[in-house]
Amino acid sequence: MNYIGTPISRVDGQAKVTGQAKYAGDVNVPGLVFGAVVTSTIAKGRIKSIDTSAALKVKGVLKVLTHKNRPALPKSDQAWKDDIAPGGSPFRPLYDDKVMFSGQPVALVLAEEWETARYAASLVHVEYAAKPHITDLQAAREKAFTLKKSKKPRGDAAKAFSSAEVRHEAEYFIPTEHHNPMELFASTAIPEKRGKLTVYDKTQGVQNVHRYLCSVFKKKKGDIRVMSPFMGGGFGSGLRPQYQVVLAVMGALTLKRPVRLMLTRQQMYGLGYRPASIERLQLGAQRDGTLHAITHEAIVVTSQFEEFSSSDTEWADRLYKSPNAKFVHKLARLDVPTSCDMRAPGATTGVYGLECAMDELAVALKLDPVELRLRCYSDKDQSVNLPYTSKNLRECYQQGAKAFGWEKRNPVPRSMRDGNELVGWGMATGVWEALQMPAAARIVLGANGHAEISCATSDIGTGTYTIMAQVAADALGLPIENIGIKLGDSTLPQSPVEGGSWMAASVSHAILGVADEVRKTLFDAAKKIKGSPLSGVKFEDVTLSDGKIVSKKDPARAMTIAHVMRERRLDRIEKEKLHKFKKDEKHARNTHSAIFAEVKIDEELGVIRVTRVVNAVAAGRILNTKTARSQIMGGVVWGIGMALHEETAYDHKFGRIMNANIAEYHMPVNADIHDIEVIFVDEPDEHINPLGIKGVGEIGIVGTAAAIANAVYHATGVRVRDLPITLDKLRR
Amino acid sequence: MAISIKVNGKTHEIDADPATPLLYILRDELALNGAKFGCGLGQCGACTVHVDGKPAFSCLLPLAAVGNREVTTIEGLASNGKLNALQQAFIDEQAAQCGYCIAGMVMRAEALLRVNPHPGEEEIRAHMQPNLCRCGTHMRILRAIKRAADRSTEIGVGHEERL
Repeated sequence: MNYIGTPISRVDGQAKVTGQAKYAGDVNVPGLVFGAVVTSTIAKGRIKSIDTSAALKVKGVLKVLTHKNRPALPKSDQAWKDDIAPGGSPFRPLYDDKVMFSGQPVALVLAEEWETARYAASLVHVEYAAKPHITDLQAAREKAFTLKKSKKPRGDAAKAFSSAEVRHEAEYFIPTEHHNPMELFASTAIPEKRGKLTVYDKTQGVQNVHRYLCSVFKKKKGDIRVMSPFMGGGFGSGLRPQYQVVLAVMGALTLKRPVRLMLTRQQMYGLGYRPASIERLQLGAQRDGTLHAITHEAIVVTSQFEEFSSSDTEWADRLYKSPNAKFVHKLARLDVPTSCDMRAPGATTGVYGLECAMDELAVALKLDPVELRLRCYSDKDQSVNLPYTSKNLRECYQQGAKAFGWEKRNPVPRSMRDGNELVGWGMATGVWEALQMPAAARIVLGANGHAEISCATSDIGTGTYTIMAQVAADALGLPIENIGIKLGDSTLPQSPVEGGSWMAASVSHAILGVADEVRKTLFDAAKKIKGSPLSGVKFEDVTLSDGKIVSKKDPARAMTIAHVMRERRLDRIEKEKLHKFKKDEKHARNTHSAIFAEVKIDEELGVIRVTRVVNAVAAGRILNTKTARSQIMGGVVWGIGMALHEETAYDHKFGRIMNANIAEYHMPVNADIHDIEVIFVDEPDEHINPLGIKGVGEIGIVGTAAAIANAVYHATGVRVRDLPITLDKLRR
Repeated sequence: MAISIKVNGKTHEIDADPATPLLYILRDELALNGAKFGCGLGQCGACTVHVDGKPAFSCLLPLAAVGNREVTTIEGLASNGKLNALQQAFIDEQAAQCGYCIAGMVMRAEALLRVNPHPGEEEIRAHMQPNLCRCGTHMRILRAIKRAADRSTEIGVGHEERL
């Protein structure tokens, strides 16, 4: 193996720095029509009337579609369910006169130019009959409900809490956040011959969108092809098909012309989001720092029509030993779009609450926060009572603390300063799941020694193109320059949506599996060659290396792949295989991290800067230390945003978002980002999968906001539990 | 009425509403899709191009206001397919992740290096302030610019072993 584990630069780098990478809204075809969406200005009610006459009078406007004149759409909920739809009734754009959230599409203007479409959209006049709405989680919390029966509690957490020597109880709040990928949601739908359709879509799963569109528009599998070769950031927002792809296809089918529909930045706030959540924690400990009771209850936002839910509460079972534990996850319905996955869904918010609570407990116990975590360290996932495939979290604490200089920390709040700034040091633990899914790959190996690898996965910016090339180059024994990667096309071999940090493991093992078939074919061919140096060698003993098929035991027994293929008159070897992971019910699978953060806070003004973060991660084998490091750095930046900046602000009177743009929705910018150090702790894992891969897309954000919040407390002595920690909250 | 603009050294006659943002013309009329639409409000910088060598938000610049100034887009930066130093540094430092902001980032940074070939970190941060990134590659972007700036003296590429 030569490429796996090395920091090679991304193979799509050149396309990205020259502007050649084509995103869903970058496809230019002759006769392209441009769409613009009109969205609702009320949060709940009915459309009384829509007047499109002024829009239709604008020169260049071709059509305005509304619920009144749209083409037929299916009625059943089932027809609108995508692969990862939660329970409930999925949203259908332009379906009827019902308004379920502010920002809901109510009309689609189609015109010859985008400028024309956007102008005409501003002329569409909608009359509404509004109904009372609710968009405030605090106001809806009493009506929150549990989706499924809560898991049986372990022991009696309430009783153990009341008799504990040291108790901490508090409520933490995380507001709604939006993904805000730099790329706007866009689709270009192009009618082809014989009623077929090619759709370029911004998505994390082309095959999910493909199945969805076939179902919604009653098309056969071969009639629609969905493409997404590049994606300008997803972070979970593109896991489910979004409404613009339905509208683009609707427009293309209506006009029988290609249609591009790109949402505006404001309209992006009418899509999914990280749901606001209330995290209530009760921790009961003995004076020696052992936990006796953990209760974690979450109340999380969903819509009136679907029940999106991700696990906020059970992370404590993976991290901290406690004989008594109770976890309750509740949903509260608001008049908003359905919430959705956003980078480490559930863990980002739940672990924020848990890790701040642990810090408060450490203060109450007068224990170092790292020491408290070591005293409660769990070698088992208590929720299933299983050991881990690997868990090198102890090493994360140790290496992270050392790199940060944690031993120099004075535990007394407000005790450390730098000029007129208070200095705070805080830490937290991170945890995420190590998931893996069935996926297929195809290899086409040419006699010229070049191979094309394909899979319908997306590369959402994470580096999937690159790691696929690395794994394939090693498995086929070819230089990486000889490997071509195709992805983001629904006609390619099966792939799950790209999310949850599962794609690296899933697609890598799909490639390994099919590469084995190629090796077998080459081996069979090589043995048939007269005087073959490989005759008598067993298949298990040959490998592909340096462009050769070679005996592992005796490297002198080898033939070049080119020679074998030429001799056997093989122009190409093409193989495809679906890979499924072996079931392992004896282990729990997680990634872990320890985050150490330094903040400096202007004592008079309260301005907070995150000057240093060390994130030590144990995530199995790292395929590419360069792309993986970027994932963790990105996660840390998101954690900084979550801790100090990000909040989707609602005007509850109108049920609308007040900061639906990226100047007023504050995400981290250059001035906010300073030193970020990423450490990958060595974590060999023989159980999880042959390559020992766990995935790194989510783990970087988990715990980061808590480490910063804990540092803010250490600097100021003020505990702010509701995010984001803005300077006004330090003065309450 | 046709409006004449010069983009990447070529003159084009454009038949469009004079108020149309330059970005729409580049992307939809000239098939130069490197510059991106990210907000349409000058809040994100994804649409950044050069107008007479100075960085400009092409989403805010009406076609009629371009006049006889020269427009350069990311597609006009590499010469004969050879990447310039900044583009290469963006690859080497892995400044590009999803890549959507990158054309704008490169164009804005290039404008700085042309007037100030050796900027300090504070100058780079201040100059790059209008451009947003959501993948969280801020440190890599800043380092790529520093790397390109320092290429002649081969400094500032430290930390390589940490990659």
